[in-house]
Amino acid sequence: MKGIIGKKLGMTRVFNEDGTATPVTVIEAGPCVVTQIKTKDSDGYEAVQLGFEKMRRKSATKPRIGHLAKHGLAPRRRLAEFRVDDPGEYQVGQEVTVDVFEPGDVVDVTGWSKGRGFQGVVRRHGFAVGRRTHGNRNHRKPGSIGQSATPARVWKGRKLPGRMGAARTTIKRLDVVQIDLEKNLLLVRGAVPGANEGVILVKKSNTGK
Amino acid sequence: MNEKIREIEAKQMREDALEFGIGDTVRVDVRIREGSKERTQAFEGTVLARRGSGVNETFTVRRVASGIGVERVFPLNSPNVQKVRVTRRGKARRAKLFYLRDRTGKAAKTKARDIR
Repeated sequence: MKGIIGKKLGMTRVFNEDGTATPVTVIEAGPCVVTQIKTKDSDGYEAVQLGFEKMRRKSATKPRIGHLAKHGLAPRRRLAEFRVDDPGEYQVGQEVTVDVFEPGDVVDVTGWSKGRGFQGVVRRHGFAVGRRTHGNRNHRKPGSIGQSATPARVWKGRKLPGRMGAARTTIKRLDVVQIDLEKNLLLVRGAVPGANEGVILVKKSNTGK
Repeated sequence: MNEKIREIEAKQMREDALEFGIGDTVRVDVRIREGSKERTQAFEGTVLARRGSGVNETFTVRRVASGIGVERVFPLNSPNVQKVRVTRRGKARRAKLFYLRDRTGKAAKTKARDIR
């Protein structure tokens, strides 16, 4: 399995030998612990559930405490599943650290994007704006949203204003630039969804080769 | 900023503290790679601004070359910036000397600073 749960710390840059700079996001990845193993027999599919960040017993829900106490584990704040080919390689309680990755790996990063609130059609969907002057009164309006008597309704999926952001977002194919095993840090090229301190899933990319 | 990010940045910061201020005239030795060959090119001019912090700090150098103003922005911690030598200390009462762009001749120069 090449996946881990982490926390976005922020962005910076890394200078290369030739003087170019690479923009990187610093992720505090793991250490995670295997909290459950799902097999074809038990769950119908094969996956490994990881837990990240210990939490106070007091603030954990009873189901969560019970789920982890089954294997004598302390409650964890974040649990996430990663699909694996062979769950037999893993044991509950096993630790997973950043060393599952190495520089040069290509990863997909999933996070919860920043909420933007109620946004118009220009910002939310990239519609063109109208002319500001010369008597034009259509500045940031959506324009026509459909036909007339047929179909006499608005088609589903029409792009309109509404809540933007705060959605699960995956950025695919980011390069792993650097790894710090001691501090559990993962440096990934480019931006990653969500605010700093937000929880993030890093997975080995399987698009392209 | 996050403490751990600061540590990563600290590792990349240059060790030779470049001591120059805004308004100084400096000579920047820039490493240039042409194919497989490497050489050093100097760029001399007035420091208009320093911005950013940590590894992201940059400085702007302006010179007037054959009547045309040329400005270059250097990342302070780039390995391509090999050396920055101060050829003349200048006095500046602003943090950013962008007004020099609109001036020519003597008015475009910063006053020399007494080094005590």
